Amino acid sequence: MNTHRKCKVLVVGGGPGGYVAAIRAGQLGLDTVLVEADRTGGTCLIRGCIPSKALIHAASRYEELLAHVGSGKLGISLSSAPELNLVATQQWKESVVDRLNGGVEGLLAKAGVEVIHGWATFADAKTCEIETADGGQTLHAEHVILANGSSVTELPGIPFGGAVISSTEALTLTEVPEQLVVIGAGYIGLELGIAWRKLGAKVTFIEGGERILPIYDKELTRPIQQWLKKHDVEVITSARAESVDQDDVGAVLHYRDKAGELQSIAASKVLVAVGRSPNTQGWGLENMPVDKQGAFVQVNDQCRTSTRNVWAIGDLVGEPMLAHKASAQGEMVAEIIAGHKRSFDPVAIPAVCFTEPEIVSVGLTPDEAKAKGLDISVGKFPFAAIGKALTMEAGEDGGFVRVVARTDDHVIVGIQAVGAHVAELSGEFALALEMGALVEDLAATIHVHPSLSEATMEAALATFGKAIHG
Amino acid sequence: MGHYSFKLPDLGEGIVESEIVDWHVSVGDRVEEDDLLVDVMTDKATVELSAPVAGTIVRLGCDAGEMFAVGSELILIETAGEGEAVISPSPSAAEAATPKPAPSVPQAAPVQAPEPASHKTTISHVPGRHEILAAPSVRRRARAEDIDLAVVPGTGPAGRISNTDLENFIAAGGMQAALPVSNQSAARSATTEIPLRGLRRVIAQKMVAAKRNIPHYSYVEEIDITALEELRQHLNENRKPSQPKLTLLPFIMQALAKTLPEFPFCNARFDDEREVLTQYDAVHIGIATMTEKGLMVPVVKHSEALDIWQSASELSRLSAAAREGSARVDELSGSTITITSLGAIGGIVTTPVINAPETTIVGINKLQDKPVVYHGEIVVRKMMNLSSSFDHRVVDGYDAALMVQALKRLLENPASIFV
Repeated sequence: MNTHRKCKVLVVGGGPGGYVAAIRAGQLGLDTVLVEADRTGGTCLIRGCIPSKALIHAASRYEELLAHVGSGKLGISLSSAPELNLVATQQWKESVVDRLNGGVEGLLAKAGVEVIHGWATFADAKTCEIETADGGQTLHAEHVILANGSSVTELPGIPFGGAVISSTEALTLTEVPEQLVVIGAGYIGLELGIAWRKLGAKVTFIEGGERILPIYDKELTRPIQQWLKKHDVEVITSARAESVDQDDVGAVLHYRDKAGELQSIAASKVLVAVGRSPNTQGWGLENMPVDKQGAFVQVNDQCRTSTRNVWAIGDLVGEPMLAHKASAQGEMVAEIIAGHKRSFDPVAIPAVCFTEPEIVSVGLTPDEAKAKGLDISVGKFPFAAIGKALTMEAGEDGGFVRVVARTDDHVIVGIQAVGAHVAELSGEFALALEMGALVEDLAATIHVHPSLSEATMEAALATFGKAIHG
Repeated sequence: MGHYSFKLPDLGEGIVESEIVDWHVSVGDRVEEDDLLVDVMTDKATVELSAPVAGTIVRLGCDAGEMFAVGSELILIETAGEGEAVISPSPSAAEAATPKPAPSVPQAAPVQAPEPASHKTTISHVPGRHEILAAPSVRRRARAEDIDLAVVPGTGPAGRISNTDLENFIAAGGMQAALPVSNQSAARSATTEIPLRGLRRVIAQKMVAAKRNIPHYSYVEEIDITALEELRQHLNENRKPSQPKLTLLPFIMQALAKTLPEFPFCNARFDDEREVLTQYDAVHIGIATMTEKGLMVPVVKHSEALDIWQSASELSRLSAAAREGSARVDELSGSTITITSLGAIGGIVTTPVINAPETTIVGINKLQDKPVVYHGEIVVRKMMNLSSSFDHRVVDGYDAALMVQALKRLLENPASIFV
């Protein structure tokens, strides 16, 4: 049966944008309803960031253990090879997801948010029909926060199904694919491809661009390229995947190489990781007078759409499609609805690739800064000269920290790093940019010895002067 | 056979629903493209929506008088062609559906409510755009207190604004004190900040644009309207019950309609981007009208075809509609010349701002009894000043003076208005 009711705030989508918006709205005393068709947590928690990090961690552990078999590495030898029970690995990964999902549900409940598990379809801007397992209900909301997220992009000619999988399936495989062909050497393809390589798959990348991770500069991506080379991962660049033939055992992918020649490659699985598209279909967006900008919903710096009291956040409103951006926007929108004066004005949105080794980029790279006409100075410091890195075997992967600053006033406009464990350095990088730090601020902050973060301090010292250990 | 789903378009300001005032069609009616379908009320005007396609009305979304949600299906039309299926509303659909938005709505008189600026967020990793250096906590506090950090002096390295800088700025009087000119009385310290919103903001933008783009040339002339006042009194005393009471304005409108054909550049709109002056045969007179929301300019269309009584009724109908907020968009746009009158308040001279893109605005000043030299004697006459402004790019001072003099001749010899 269909019931009608009203609420102050309706949040559609329970991902890191939507659930954060709902929690904050609830905390601020607003009558809030969250509609989510799946489990709360969204792509990030259920089939993205979190499960992939769990899989990457397990894969790295397995690879490390393999290195000790009979080798006496660090004086530690394993007499027999470690056994991989991928089903158990997946169960462990799911337990992490379950625990976090439970945490989100608990936080929503604590904040007094009503969660409806169902599919929301808008009849008009403020009227939402929700199909649930036990019928339907119609919700009339004063404020609507659209946090519908994004989905994997499908390639024409290479439809998902059978051996052709998306990142979602690549996270739940219970057998290591013998031959994994990954279409797209962006961060998602690389993270998963590298994880499966560590677990024993033979991995080949088919990339349309001229090199891997085209959004980062060559200096940053070189350590990853070296890792791939060292681990016999072939990267076929400037190639266009065209079609796929499937049979019972696997698939054959056809692609055009750099020279335009048609080539084929056999694969037990073909992972299509060519990006994500905003979810703008299937929930009545067309019934709302909301303007779009390209594929995305258009919003202003307060995440307002063109219709009053209809807000949109996260992947739905544009790049970068990152969980932490969505969360920041969600929190802000809830506060604006509660009467606070806010706007979305970050100096930088940090981005991390959990590749081997990891990449962090915050703010402008040297090329981007120059393209904007800035006169910049760059300071760089290698992990090979950092004691802590050597003690963790993290000094040999070619990693470094790089600081980019304006030459005239020494204001830091970007910090990047590549190397093992550098994701954890991203917080300091982002803080430096947000605080408007000068190179001297970073250089004069005492950093713990021994730690990887010393590289940040040394890179700052190197920007206009001289690193101590460089 | 196809079906066309006509959805209620967003009629501006991001409104969520509109009142369906009146249906002009019912189910089963056959409509042609551009036929009038329905009147819809927004918070500023009644808008007529017309059929974007020809066909037969299959279904109406609601009864007249109901509120109806923007984006919902208002009318289902069965069309002859292949099914265009369901066509969702788009800005262009909304435009197409608004009937004859007289010359063009954006140029129209300042009645367009402002769109809440809906710029795309550019989420760029661009610290360079922050010419303002300040920590997130400082930025957030400034936002909450409506302080523009661009005017806050930063004492930190590279001009960084610290929380202390912000506190000092607030203690020193905040934004009000930071403005270059303070009109506050020295002995008083309280301030009232009124954000520029809605019609007021549109008026401000239009005025700035008019003053910035148009080199105004103003010309003031004194008119003896003793004879005109006698005529007006006579006509009012002898009018039929069906005829409206005449004020001075309809006479001036009549005189303008008669004068302007000789001075077509004064009954014109100048597109300065294209550098084209469009002169109109029709005389559509905008009447600057004070309303609760601010200045609005309803337009008496085809004044050249109206007699004095029709002018008067149309004038009173339109100014009432503007004041009540029931004027339609097409009644608030499309003027070719504008009259502004502050005569009732007083004042001997005004310097009216041209209602861009027009070239001419005529201002009426206070009518008063004054001693003047008339036929060699000092006598008391009914005198009134006309203060007019012209776009000097397209109207020379000489020609403007001739126009005002021609108008003066008609007004001082009122019979000539009507022959």
